[in-house]
Order: sequence, then C-alpha cells, then structure tokens
Amino acid sequence: MNQKYLIPLTAVFLLFLVAYTGVEGAGLQWFFGIVFPYVAVIAFLAGFVYKVLGWASSAVPFRIPTTCGQQKSLPWIKQSTIDNPDTSTGVFVRMILEIFLFRSLFRNTKAAFNKNASNRLSYSWEIFLWVGALAFHYSFLVVLLRHFRFFTSPVPSCLKILERIDGIVQLGLPGLMLSGVVLLLAVLFLLARRIFDAKVAYISQAADYFPLFLIIGIASTGLSMRYFTKVDIIGIKTLTMGLVTFSPTIPEGVGGLFYAHIFMVSTLFAYFPLSKLMHMGGIFLSPTRNMANNTRAKRHVNPWNYDVKTHTYEEYEDHFREKMIEAGLPVDKKE
Amino acid sequence: MSDQIKPDELLNKIDYGPKKKSEPGNWMNTSVQIRPGMYCYAAKAESVKTLSLPNARPWNPLEDDWKLPDNWQEIIFQGLKERLEKFRTFKVFMDICVRCGACADKCHFFLGTGDPKNMPVLRAELLRSVYRNDFSTAGKILSKIPGGKALAGARPMTMDVLKEWWYYFFQCTECRRCSVFCPYGIDTAEITIMAREIFNLLGLNIDWIATPVSNCFQTGNHLGIQPHAFKDMLDFFVEDIEDVTGVNCAPNFQKKGADILFITPSGDVFADPGTYTCQGYLILFQYLKEKYGLDVTWSTYASEGGNFGFFTSHETMKRLNAKMYAEAKRLGVKWILGGECGHMWRVIHQYMDTMNGPADFLEEPVNPITGTKFENARSTKMVHIVEFTADLIKHGKLELDKSRNSNRIMTFHDSCNPARGMGILDEPRYVIENVCDNFYEMPPNTIREQTFCCGSGAGLNAGENMELRMAGALPRANALKYVHEKFGVNTLGTICAIDRAALSTLCEYWVPDVEVYGIHELVGNALILPGEKNRTEDLRFEPLPGVEEEESDE
Repeated sequence: MNQKYLIPLTAVFLLFLVAYTGVEGAGLQWFFGIVFPYVAVIAFLAGFVYKVLGWASSAVPFRIPTTCGQQKSLPWIKQSTIDNPDTSTGVFVRMILEIFLFRSLFRNTKAAFNKNASNRLSYSWEIFLWVGALAFHYSFLVVLLRHFRFFTSPVPSCLKILERIDGIVQLGLPGLMLSGVVLLLAVLFLLARRIFDAKVAYISQAADYFPLFLIIGIASTGLSMRYFTKVDIIGIKTLTMGLVTFSPTIPEGVGGLFYAHIFMVSTLFAYFPLSKLMHMGGIFLSPTRNMANNTRAKRHVNPWNYDVKTHTYEEYEDHFREKMIEAGLPVDKKE
Repeated sequence: MSDQIKPDELLNKIDYGPKKKSEPGNWMNTSVQIRPGMYCYAAKAESVKTLSLPNARPWNPLEDDWKLPDNWQEIIFQGLKERLEKFRTFKVFMDICVRCGACADKCHFFLGTGDPKNMPVLRAELLRSVYRNDFSTAGKILSKIPGGKALAGARPMTMDVLKEWWYYFFQCTECRRCSVFCPYGIDTAEITIMAREIFNLLGLNIDWIATPVSNCFQTGNHLGIQPHAFKDMLDFFVEDIEDVTGVNCAPNFQKKGADILFITPSGDVFADPGTYTCQGYLILFQYLKEKYGLDVTWSTYASEGGNFGFFTSHETMKRLNAKMYAEAKRLGVKWILGGECGHMWRVIHQYMDTMNGPADFLEEPVNPITGTKFENARSTKMVHIVEFTADLIKHGKLELDKSRNSNRIMTFHDSCNPARGMGILDEPRYVIENVCDNFYEMPPNTIREQTFCCGSGAGLNAGENMELRMAGALPRANALKYVHEKFGVNTLGTICAIDRAALSTLCEYWVPDVEVYGIHELVGNALILPGEKNRTEDLRFEPLPGVEEEESDE
C-alpha cells in the first residue's frame, strides 16, 4: 500500500466514523446536521469567490491563445473558426465546447513504442478518459440537481422530469436512478486509472485520491440509504427544509448513516476551494482558451507595460560607423 | 558525433512505465542528477553583463556550489509572487491542474527519454509543489493538520529543488503540444517561461541563450555578425545566385523610403541549409522589383528576426524586439515583412504589438501587387512571408517552373510556434503545392496543431546536450521515417530557422537520406526570373532534374 492513497483513504474512513459515532454515540446531530453544513457552505461560497477574484485580480498582459487549427489570414484560406477563433463568437463556442463537452480531452491519444522490430512510435485515439470524465461530471451534476428535491417545497416540475428521465430503466423498488450508479462506476474507474496506470500513479498526489475516496464515500452512503438500509425521508426533508429556510431543526428517527453522508458532503464543499476541484471555476479563466487569436489585427494592451533599455540605432551606428562606411552601408552621420 | 550516444542505445533506454523500484514513494523525495549530454553549459558572465542582468559570474551546473546570492530563496519567493500578480496564466495554471495525465505522453522529451519528470504535468508540478507550500491558502491550512502536507502535495524550496527545476525547465522547448490536449488549456510553455525568468533573477541562464541574446542586443543579431560581415554574407549569396541564374539579385540595405522592411532570422544568413532559403528570398525580391517595382530593404541593425530574449524573460524579449519597429520607423517603410521562423513568429504574432506598439507610424499592410489587404495583420503591421507569397501565387503574380523541384519528394514539418501560437498551417502547404509536384503528409497525430517539436527549440540547440536533442527529436524523426519508407520522401520542408539547423542534425542521426529545405528555397528554385539564363543547377549547385540525363545523352 502506498501512503499517497493510504492517508486519504484513512481520512475518509475517519470522517465517516466521526460523524457516525458522533451521532449514534454522542448525540451530536446538531453539529453534523446543522452547524457543520452551514460552515461548509459558507466556506465553499467564500472560498470560491475569493479564489476566482484572486485569479481575476492578476493581469492578462498578453493575448496568447493556444491555436488548434488554421488561423484567419487570406480570404480564400478556410479558417478553423472554433479551434482558432478570431472573434468573440468563436471564442464563446470554443469555451462552450470545452466546458460542456471537454473538447480538448476528446483529442486524447495514447502513444506506444514498438521496440525492436520496427522501432515505431504510434498514436491511437484514447477515448476512455474522456468518456469516464464526462460520465463522472454529468452523473454528479444530475445527482446534485436531484437533491434539490430536499430543499424545495413543492418540488419544481423540472426536477420531477429530470427524475423521470434518470429513472427511465424502471428497475426495482425504489426505482433505480441511473445517475447514482454511473457516478459510482465512473469514480471507481477514475480511481482505478490512478492506481493501475503507471504514469498516472506516478504523478498522483494524496490530493488526487482524497476527493475520489470522499466521493466514493458520499455515493456509497447515498446509494445504501436509497436502496438498502432505508431512511426516514420525511425526517430528512424536515431537516433539509429547516436548513434552507434558516429555521434548523433536528428530526427524530434519522440514523447515523445519514449524518455521515451529509458530513462527507459538507467536507467536500469546504475542501472544494482549497483544492484542484477549483478547475470548475478556473476553466472559465484560462487565457489559452478564452481569448481570440487576433493579436496582429487588434492590439492587446498590457496594463503593466513599462519602458525598457534598448540598444538604439544611434548607439549601433556609433559603434560600427567606420566599418559600415567602409562596406558601403548607408549611415545617418558621416564623421 | 562519434562520442555521442548511438541511435540504438538511445532507443533501448525508452520505457514509458515509470519504474517503481528506482523511484520509491513520492517523486518529490528524489534528488536530481544533472547528466552530461542532457544539459547546456552555464551562461558566460560577459554575456549576462552586456544586458545588465543579475549575478553575472562564472559557474558550473555540475558543481555543488552555484554561487548564488545569499538571499536566493527570498529572490525566488519575491519573483514568483510578482509573476503570480502579473500573469493570470501563471496563477490559474498553478491552481487548476487535476493531474488527469492527458498531457503525459504528449511531450516529445517524454516520448524520447521515458523520464517521468518530462511528463508536462510533472514538469509543472516541480514548480507547483513549491507554490503550494509558499503561496496557496490550502497548503498553509492543510499543513497544520496531521498528514496535511502530503494531502496538499507541498514541499519547501531547497537547493535540490532548484537544481531539479533548472535541469527540467531546460528540457522543455516551450512547444505547447501538451496545451492542445489539456482540458483546461494549461500551457507548460508559460510555466517554463516563468521558471526561466526566475533563473535569470539568479544568473542561472544557459550560454546557448545568453550569448545570442547579448550578441543580438549589441550587434543586431544572435550570431554577432557585424554590419559589414552581414553585407558580405548577402553579397556572397548574390554571387552564388548569379552563377545559378545569371541574374544579379543584390538587395537594398537600410534604404530609407523603401516600401517594405524585411527581417528574417540571422540563421538564414549564416547556417546551411537556411542560407539557401535566404537566397530564395533574394530571388523573390529581385523578381518583384523587376516585374512590379516593389522596393524591399534589409537592415543590418534589425538583422535578427528570432528572439532568444523570449527564452530569457519577457523584459529581455521586449528589449530585443524593439529594434523591429524602431528601424521600420527610422527608415520610413510602409510595413514589415518577416521571414520563415518559428518562435520569432510567436513573438511577432502574440507579443510585439502589445510590447512595443502601437505601430501607428506604419500603414495597414496591403500587397501593392495584388491589392490584398492583410487584415489579420492590420494592427501589428507585420506580414509573414508565406502569407505574402501564397497571396502572390493565388493571384498568378509569380511565374513558377515546378519541374525544377520535381526531384524533391516533400513532406512538411509544422513548426511548433507558428502552428500552436499562430495557426499558419495551410499557407505553407499551398506554396509547396505550387512549387513542387510531390507532397506527402506525415501521420495526422504528428502534424498541424499536433506537430512534434524538432527537440531543439527554446534555446536548446546547443552541441553539449546532443543526447537530449536527439531523444526529443525522436517523435518527429519517427514520423518522418514512416513517410520516407512508405513514399520515398527525401525532403523535409519547414518554415523555421531553428528547424533548418536542428532538423538537419535530426535527419543525419535518425533518417539519413532526407534533406531539409526552407519553403522559399523551393520558391527560389521554381521562380522564373526575368532575363535568367537556362538554369541547370538548383541553389545548392546540384543538377536540376532532367539535366543530368540530358548531359549524359550528349
């Protein structure tokens, strides 16, 4: 076992145990059900805003998009308007495709070196990371949206439609929601990649395993409550509605498993702005993607541009005048 | 290269699975071994002094003592802090990497060496680990919890870390291939640029960068060619061209009131096979002067298109680049035309106007022969010669005899910076199609925006780091070898001066039967000059296709 994942795994177990025993043994429902969720949401919002403002406060001195296609140049040369946009519309489409479809990741290839026989390097399309990432993010989003039924009364019809789509396979009772299962499978795939792909294992830090284990913890406690151990849904909704209406109450009959679930969710929220999970905000601000490639057509201004010491033509001519005259090169001052 | 590592030995070293046994635990705990063949010599004190950059002194990377100022850690801390505020790229890229590994096998140095620290993500993590320790709130909060330091992936700045930075940030050619595949567009080039700025605060540049920069500043070009010698070189080309074509193509120098100022990398003036490309320019300008009265001038003061300042710091880049506009203004030309070069064009396209503009003393560039407005260059007022030539060909303004290049079975190497920092992809292909008969693309994952670096960019084109260069060249060479074997490709075209030098070495090492050509060398061969003699030789004094047989028939 490698300590890179042993530490975060232990940490997630501890989080679970702290909440479970804290509720079942010490009766600390008010802390895990009320205080910590509030603290976590405040930390999330404040941290997220602080981080984004921090990025925004840094200057953008140069317009340096990574160009991934033909530039706009002569009128008869077909420009790649999305991968090498020169207008804000093009940039907008590029960003939409990045944010919602992970376009750059879609390009992913896998390199292989065939030693001995041909000594050939070959590159094949590697789609699994893209599929896994897309499945993970979208199932997580659906799960998150579905949870809004706990914070709204009456439940808006769009949520009900979402639930109906999510439960389209109509399997078992309570009906199976695809998103929860896909989320767990996708996160397990991402974890397996980190552990078994030698390159990814090498670059991975504890900070990569921790959110994965935490999400596995959240998903498995959630799935377990929905399908196996069952919980008092009415009681939980009383608690969540209490939180959202700022009149928190602790209902009777809700067990430790629920508090462990909400504690891990709260931990994820609080941890979010401190971690790589901030890529959610950062992707919008990435200057290699969110700028148009039109620097030669439209001047970009650097807010901190300053004058520098250059070697002027006069200094140059002073230095080389005789040699220049001798070689028949024109000079400004003939002395 | 007799004492150099052999291709087979190099290939045997490659293994993409990081060996767990030799790298126990976390990569952060291993210290770097600076290995001959993989690093470049330290900057000469004299060159550092010319630019008044800090800590000029003799030093040797292999020695323990790098003769740093006592407060070097403070300098690094302040240097990073300043750059985090000045560059949003840097700040965002320090925070948002999720280490998904998509970039891992995209780097030519990783593919050629198998060294896991050449995975772009890890190269950046070398710096991020210190950032997390010194700058991130998370790092500071987490380090108070047991196990938190590991959770944050943080480490303090030490001499070992600095040496590791130096070794690996001079194993990055700033080619941006990883950035194409990154879901957040994280650009390792940008991180390497910041790291090299930090090195320069401590006097830790390499000589292959520092000396060209110092030359360029003083003398006008990287090679330190003085004005009279620069003119001599071009005069020499003029003689060669006259031998081949019978036409005198003598250029103008520093001509006030000329239509266009032409600037190209000095490599084209000095080093084969770039010199033939340079002759191509001279032939083209003579043709345009004769036929259409276009007046182009060269300058010995602004005799460098390339900009190794870009590999030193943003400030140094600006100091060297300033000459282009200054000279255009002094000479009173209408606009500037730039030769075939890679990083030069990233600087012109993405930086020049911002740094040294606005160029309000120039006119919006219009091709006076075709009437085409170069709208994509209307603010910077500098046009790429391939854009210019493509426009001339499209309008039928050049008389070309393709058959003179019919012995060239071509492929085209997209240079990193024009491909991923500009997007000039179809223009050179259009020109090639019009001056050559045989053209074959290399495999799709190795061209256009996915092109592989020559392995020697960003100032790493030295002699002492040949193993590194040839390892980094492997992915490009491999693709080239594929088309060489499949289609009989014998000519690698490119629009970059570093490429013309570096790819020639690459070919010699990996694919010996392929020659490197600049696109304007092919144009020079094909272009029918008014009043030319019956040409029997190309610019390299090799017999033109068909001529050899004719002679033997007689």
